[in-house]
Amino acid sequence: MKPLEDILIIDLSQFLSAPSATLRLADLGARVIKVERPETGDICRQLYVSNVILNGESSVFRAINRNKESFQADLKNNTDVQRVLKLVEQADVLVHNFRPGVIERLGFDYETIKKINPTIVYGDISGYGNEGPWKSKPGQDLLVQSLSGLTWLNGIEGNGPTPVGLAIVDILSGAHLVQGILAALVQRAKTGKGSKVSVNMLESILDFQFESITTFYHDGGEPTVRPKSNSAHAYLGAPYGVYQTTNGYLALAMGSIPVLGELLGCEPLTHYKEIASWFTKRDEIKKTLADHLATDTTEKWLSILEPADIWCASIMNWDTLFSKEGFKVLNMVQKVKMGDGFEYETTRCPIKIDGEYLTSSVGSPALGEHTEAIINELIS
Amino acid sequence: MRLLEGILVLEFAQFMAGPSAGLKLADLGARVIKIERPNTGEAGRQIALKNLFLDDSSLVFHTVNRNKDSYAANLKDPEDLERVKKLITQADVMTHNFRPGVMEKIGLDYDVVRNINPKLVYATVTGYGTTGPWAKKPGQDLLIQSMSGFANLTGNKNDDPVPVGAAVSDIITGTHLAHGILASLLKKEKTGKGSLVEVSLLESTLDFQFEVITTYLNDGNQNPQRAKQGSAHAYLGAPYGVYKTADGYISIAMGSLLKLGEVLGCSELSIYKDSDSWFTKRDEIMDILRAFLCDRPTDEWLEILEADGIWCSNVYDYKTLLNHEGFKVLQMDQKLSLLSGEEVHTLRGPIRVNDERLFSKKPAPRVGQHTEDIIKEFNL
Repeated sequence: MKPLEDILIIDLSQFLSAPSATLRLADLGARVIKVERPETGDICRQLYVSNVILNGESSVFRAINRNKESFQADLKNNTDVQRVLKLVEQADVLVHNFRPGVIERLGFDYETIKKINPTIVYGDISGYGNEGPWKSKPGQDLLVQSLSGLTWLNGIEGNGPTPVGLAIVDILSGAHLVQGILAALVQRAKTGKGSKVSVNMLESILDFQFESITTFYHDGGEPTVRPKSNSAHAYLGAPYGVYQTTNGYLALAMGSIPVLGELLGCEPLTHYKEIASWFTKRDEIKKTLADHLATDTTEKWLSILEPADIWCASIMNWDTLFSKEGFKVLNMVQKVKMGDGFEYETTRCPIKIDGEYLTSSVGSPALGEHTEAIINELIS
Repeated sequence: MRLLEGILVLEFAQFMAGPSAGLKLADLGARVIKIERPNTGEAGRQIALKNLFLDDSSLVFHTVNRNKDSYAANLKDPEDLERVKKLITQADVMTHNFRPGVMEKIGLDYDVVRNINPKLVYATVTGYGTTGPWAKKPGQDLLIQSMSGFANLTGNKNDDPVPVGAAVSDIITGTHLAHGILASLLKKEKTGKGSLVEVSLLESTLDFQFEVITTYLNDGNQNPQRAKQGSAHAYLGAPYGVYKTADGYISIAMGSLLKLGEVLGCSELSIYKDSDSWFTKRDEIMDILRAFLCDRPTDEWLEILEADGIWCSNVYDYKTLLNHEGFKVLQMDQKLSLLSGEEVHTLRGPIRVNDERLFSKKPAPRVGQHTEDIIKEFNL
């Protein structure tokens, strides 16, 4: 039995942030009904990456919305609204990510919903909260990354702001929403009380940076300075970084510089005996280390460093990673099947419970694929 | 009443992944007791950014361990171990991130512990899972970013691999650990049974890339190609990226390139009528935009673009952001007083419940600060 079996979720959200949350809840066993507008559905259906089309729609949509049902409804049409409200009445959780103000106009705000379902757990994601100068600004991943200071943590000094090349803000906001929803379900199971849980993208990506922002508050507000080369962290000293070798790259995490010098046969490094200097002189240390590591292969350096318990790794791409036994034993890739028989591969949920992976062979739904069945089962 | 009030969590976990999950549970209302070795405490107390320490522990430790108690115990001492077992019988959750085999040696592995508390949610973090050739390899954030393919997504085409300059694998894994724990607590409320929850840094960091890995799995295994300059997402076409302006930077998210050209008055963009070319000719399009946008200051561009609903943003560093009204209105800051009289200035958690922010004045504990009280309270 999956832990959320018998939990019903009505999902009014689109794009990635909240849909990534309902994907997690679905994999944990909940039934997720995605309410989508007629004709276009979730806009993410047409949001292609690399121009990749999978069975007529974007690969990203296919990844985010597997293991869900699709119910087509126009939230500006009264008949449809009444149907969705019927679903909400029976639901354990409602999720949306409309901008502040929109949900009230649609009549699905918490005050209204809790009258028809007082024990519901109501989860929402906004861009910047519902107050302040940015509340109406689009809550889009790159824009929130840009405002949050995150782009100055990555890459090397002099290279300009470097955003994370993934929808990190969306995914973290979704993860926080899941935490809040699950905690609210735990409380409801004990007390019978429902709750509203809200997260916003800006707070989520600030929370992600809690270490470096707290550091900023305590270092006198110094500008964030990234290393001049071999960067992996603006606030950590040498050797922390990525180094080119004759046949690839080597990552080195924290470790003693003189010890590294001895192991690698790089005499100049043995002179940095004072730990504080690994941070204050990191640029010159990294330069010395980089010149030395460039003289041999990644495998050679790993064969010296790993037996000595130095934290190091080869930089891999997916081709390499997926060919390794250490990846294969994880069974991380699963095949899912859509209603029309189309099959595609994707990753599974990363959580294992009682020794079992949480897999599901259900692919993403066609727009409105389950409308009829849901009407028959839950509405009429 | 907070959502998780009455839930007792014992945190044997160290460093970042496990403790970051503990922090989220604490902010949601759980009582989290760190079980630490006497005197030195958990190893994360000595891991510092910029060499910053308060009251003998690193500022990073204070950031991730606020709102927790500390109980000192030597798990190799039979008397201490017996007390800890008594505490476990009264707990709802325990977490650890020891390498596979360590808890078996101590005698607190799941098979032992489930017998003394069948309702317990027992949650573990490993680097790479518990089987396979990497099971005993150190699970450290940068190494996982490097091995998981993630370091190939950020930065520009000719850059070295660019890891994210924050503990992204740890934090993502911590969110998944909290998901598994909370879902299992819900199941426990319904069935009275505990669970074993397992996550690993590698699986979590792969899940974090689920959109792009799904694309890779279904596009004939093409590896990611970062844009030449201003890259913000290897898989998205122009204009998605960061551009230099006369006085700073501007980021522009997805949208019609033709509309963008019209709004900006950049006629050179009008030839890209086929939206596929926005991805295939991304580098040349971004060159045109870069040359065009560098003439005027960021605020002028924002005014022009925002008026037409184009998704764009300024790019802030911490100093600008943290002094901005858009940040202040969130009330993310909180200050905690330490026993030493020092103060920690940090952030609160990102989840709001029933429209209330979750603050907590309780700072990170000293090693064993609550041992005596806990012995009395739980009758150990």
